[in-house]
Amino acid sequence: MIDLLGYAAFFTSSALIFALITLGLNLQWGQTGLFNVGIAGFVAIGAYTSAILTTPEAADRIGGFDWPILAGWLAAALVTAAAAAFTGFATLRLKSDYLAITTFGVAVVVQLVALNAQGLTGGPFGVAFIPRPFASLQDQPALFNFINLGVIAAVTVAVYLALEHLSRSPWGRVLKALREDERAAISLGKSARSYRIQAFAAGGAVMGLAGAVQAHFIGFIAPNGYLPTLTFQVWAMLMVGGSGSNKGAILGSIVVWAIWVGAGAFSAAVVPGDWQARAASLQIVAIGVMLCLILLWRPQGFFGKRRG
Amino acid sequence: MTVLEARNVSKRFGGIAAVDGMSFSVAAGEILGLIGPNGAGKTTMFDLLAGSVGVSAGEIRLMGQDVTTLPAHRRLAGGMGRTFQIPRPFPELSLIDNMLLARQDQTGERLWANFTAPRRIAAEERAARDKALALLDLVALRRLADDPARVLSGGQRKLLELARVMMADPKVVLLDEPAAGVNPSLLEVLIDRIREINASGVTFVLIEHNIDMVSRLCHRVLVMASGALLCEGTPDVVARDPRVIEAYLGGTPA
Ligand SMILES: Nc1ncnc2c1ncn2[C@@H]1O[C@H](COP(=O)(O)OP(=O)(O)O)[C@@H](O)[C@H]1O
Ligand SMILES: [Mg+2]
Repeated sequence: MIDLLGYAAFFTSSALIFALITLGLNLQWGQTGLFNVGIAGFVAIGAYTSAILTTPEAADRIGGFDWPILAGWLAAALVTAAAAAFTGFATLRLKSDYLAITTFGVAVVVQLVALNAQGLTGGPFGVAFIPRPFASLQDQPALFNFINLGVIAAVTVAVYLALEHLSRSPWGRVLKALREDERAAISLGKSARSYRIQAFAAGGAVMGLAGAVQAHFIGFIAPNGYLPTLTFQVWAMLMVGGSGSNKGAILGSIVVWAIWVGAGAFSAAVVPGDWQARAASLQIVAIGVMLCLILLWRPQGFFGKRRG
Repeated sequence: MTVLEARNVSKRFGGIAAVDGMSFSVAAGEILGLIGPNGAGKTTMFDLLAGSVGVSAGEIRLMGQDVTTLPAHRRLAGGMGRTFQIPRPFPELSLIDNMLLARQDQTGERLWANFTAPRRIAAEERAARDKALALLDLVALRRLADDPARVLSGGQRKLLELARVMMADPKVVLLDEPAAGVNPSLLEVLIDRIREINASGVTFVLIEHNIDMVSRLCHRVLVMASGALLCEGTPDVVARDPRVIEAYLGGTPA
């Protein structure tokens, strides 16, 4: 019973970390129309930033700097926001077409740096001994699981409330106006480019924070945690939940993560041992089927608004 | 005093000069008419003044400053507002939100300020809202303040655009065919409002095909044909000018 509850806490924690990433994407895509296909890269920037800053000193790489966990998270959000702002600044001149390709490039570059800059990132082995919040409770696994869930849920709620506040603010109103009629908004004194960069950076900050929270939840990170699969999962979560809706972003993340985990467990139970490696792609198929069903049955997702 | 000036302004699209060496100045407090047959280049001239299209040659000055390369989004704060030939309300936003968006220099439009200065933002929003409601009242749209702008008729959209641009307290406003599609009773509202706003010191440049409206409102009229200035004068002098009559009858097909 305790085991099951413990697992439920673990599952929900993982799902909520995805919800955070998806909330970031919702600000970028759902509210601003910025196509980010390099999500994994921005999540990785946040994860590595916090990991390098908060781990105890390591002999074989630069850092760690033994910072407090919260400082690491804050830095992760800021560094990722800066990376996103720079990406936006370089590509968002008038149209947002170039952004998609550039974000893909960012993800590839981040992956390569993580893999090869061994002196900073630990290379293929990654960074270990990332401090976990409330680590002193680690010898009581059930309690520890729930404390972790509490921390992650608190971060998710805080980010959700902040994003809702923004979307109802005059700032969010400008984003809506730019989406509805860019020329009219410009004629009223709004700089399309500046607002796009801001939204992209703010979304990036949320993704970076999510990466950091995840790193401290698992305790170690490695480059293969930030493959394009991650980007695909987050996009599926936003589509299923409903682009444009913060509630949808959270619900979509939980649903898609459940399908992902369920398909994984199913293939582990049914597929014979030597086929296991290939069976992993069953998870991607399951998500793909889910996406198709949603697109057929409710193209705007659970909470999305139908746009005419 | 001159509020707005075009010096030898041209705009070429491919091989065609949509605007070809236009020079004129707009005096503070006047209502200047800009007329001419379809395709004469009037809307393009507005796009150039407003910065939404870049000039091929020439210079544009606003309040004595060279604004030729100033981005379009900086020109309203610089004192110049515009409306569009085909009105561009934000259709899914309420009328009041449409209005609030036109206010300049709002603290709440800065991302971070929404977390650090909520009181100041709330106060600014309240003040802007009061102003918006008063302006909506002026154009007989107040009772629709909370409805999305998509419910408006074509004529009401024109009125909303006029009210909206006034939220920014502009010094000079460019109106592109404000009377097109406006029914006769709304037209009277529109004419009265433009007169009142003008009496409060706002300068207007007005593209209009409705000659009655032009002669009732405009102090002076410029006539454009094939991208160039054909002639200028008071409305009744211009209306009798044979070159103008010929431009309308024999000029570019509508
Ligand atoms: N973006 C554009 N690209 C190409 N040609 C254009 C563009 N905008 C306007 N034109 C051309 O410029 C000329 C003037 O158009 P316009 O300024 O709309 O005239 P008016 O408002 O006086 O009817 C027309 O021949 C039109 O086809
Ligand atoms: Mg026109």
